[in-house]
Amino acid sequence: MNVICLGLSHLTASVELREKFAVADADLALAASRLGAMDGISESVVISTCNRVELYAASDDAALGFESLHRFLGEQAQAHHYDPQIFYQYDSPHSIRHLFRVVSGLDSMVLGETEILGQVKKAYSTAFGIGATARHLNKLYQRAFNVAKEVRTNTGVARGSVSVGSVAADLAEKIFGRLDACKIMILGAGETGELTAKALLSRGAKSILVANRTHERALELASKMGGDAIPFGEWERPLAEVDIIIGSTAAPLPVLTREKLRPVMQQRLDRPLFVIDLAVPRDAEPAVNDLEGVYLYDIDSLRAITEQSMDSRRKELAACEQMIERHVREFSEWLAADTARPGALPDTRRQFEVPQP
Amino acid sequence: MDRALLAASTFCFLLGFAYTMYALGARVYRPSWFNFTAILCGFFLQMAFLVTRGNAIHRCPTTNLFEVFVFLCWSVVLLYLLTGSAYRLSLMGAFTSPLVFVLQLFALLAPIDPPARVIVHPRPWLEAHAALSIIAYGAFAVAGVAGVMYLAQARQLKTHKLGTVFFHLPPIADLSVALRRLLLIGFVLLTAGLLAGFGVGAPVLKVAWGLSVWLIYGAILLVEKFKKISPRRVAALSVAAFCLTLMTLWGLNFIAAGS
Repeated sequence: MNVICLGLSHLTASVELREKFAVADADLALAASRLGAMDGISESVVISTCNRVELYAASDDAALGFESLHRFLGEQAQAHHYDPQIFYQYDSPHSIRHLFRVVSGLDSMVLGETEILGQVKKAYSTAFGIGATARHLNKLYQRAFNVAKEVRTNTGVARGSVSVGSVAADLAEKIFGRLDACKIMILGAGETGELTAKALLSRGAKSILVANRTHERALELASKMGGDAIPFGEWERPLAEVDIIIGSTAAPLPVLTREKLRPVMQQRLDRPLFVIDLAVPRDAEPAVNDLEGVYLYDIDSLRAITEQSMDSRRKELAACEQMIERHVREFSEWLAADTARPGALPDTRRQFEVPQP
Repeated sequence: MDRALLAASTFCFLLGFAYTMYALGARVYRPSWFNFTAILCGFFLQMAFLVTRGNAIHRCPTTNLFEVFVFLCWSVVLLYLLTGSAYRLSLMGAFTSPLVFVLQLFALLAPIDPPARVIVHPRPWLEAHAALSIIAYGAFAVAGVAGVMYLAQARQLKTHKLGTVFFHLPPIADLSVALRRLLLIGFVLLTAGLLAGFGVGAPVLKVAWGLSVWLIYGAILLVEKFKKISPRRVAALSVAAFCLTLMTLWGLNFIAAGS
């Protein structure tokens, strides 16, 4: 028995090309069942995300299996020109290694990201649900999920954040612990400010104030975030109660100055203030960071942290590959032993429950 | 025999300390079972030492500076084991093991364990005073450790230089809460220890010293309570106060032994 894989990803194909072969979530079950019914394929899983389209199959005849996988993708591309050269194709043990790398986030656009694991789990459970997988792929995917967990737990490949919003949220958690009691103020209703506020909300923050020169835009953003809008001229009034300030105004001069914040900080010595300055030109004077209890991060310092995280993730690659290699070896040994065992069935699929298109 | 137990215990803390240094140096630090196991083994060996010594002298082993240091180290580890898990301060072990290692090594090497010349009959109030006070100093020591952790984390946040330990250190808000509670626990225990010591005929110098320590920690708690200083200053003060306490404890016993 061989595990074969045919696919294309962000590393090998442009988005224009990837979208031609993409399979919608709602069609995954149908695709897996169609694929499973093709010649030389005994089990199948179809993975389709914005960064990759991959077909995995268990096959007794790899050549015939690959032929079927190509035919499937050719049909998927419909009228578009189909060039087999644009795909990568792997058989065991390379296909096993590839899957383990994919679920561990090593093949992702953002190294170590975890979203892919959920997407592969969904693709597998869809295939499993309609009986498109059996002994070999079930065992392979269960092992793959364990590998992903082991890699993320025992290496730093998923450590640290790699987007400005999530870095800001991480830092906020390192300052305040739980964010549910934190009050956030957004100065300027820019897009980056909104994204950062969303990242904080996703970590439990609840209370948001929005101040913008155009009050209508402040109202719009506040209602979107479930917060309150205040006139821009009054932003200093609630300062003593605010824990996190996100600055993203278009002001040519700093809005948050040392002189403005010093008396505020004296009123709240026991509570730190986190200033996230995303504006260019900057909204906060660098000297603000010298005040007791103020932690100021501008866009460059946040980006530097994302770079640092990426660097440390890259340094973990060798350890991840080593871990994966051990699992590839073990799984390949199991696959070989299982194939060689007397009475091994060539096709152990369950009966398909083919969904109606 | 009992000193061999203590030497073994000290070795365990050295292992925990060495592992932390190695892991931080290699920038791969993760709170691990190794560090925790080393500390736990060290703790049980400390306890074995205290039981053996206590049986030998038929009283609580706080009769000289050597025993006081060991009892203090035991209290520090006990409070770490209780606090570390309660506040999820897993990295506290990495900071506690070097402190305990240094204190125990000093106790083993310094000539502060003379054989008892006079048999002292057990005096329950005096022993309660000594034990409660030393456990209180243990709480102040762990507060000092939490203070170091707070200062390290706050500095990393302020300078934007996020090192290996940054991701393992707890949020400064949590450290601040743990620090405050440890100071309060230590203060309450010290108050109880001082009350138990009244009327047992302790030397004036020791009473004055105990009251000074009580006043220092009382003042820290008071300014913290009324929010007169920032949490960072509370952390710095708790580190300074413990260092001062430790240094004067040795000096005090030195003077007391001389007189």
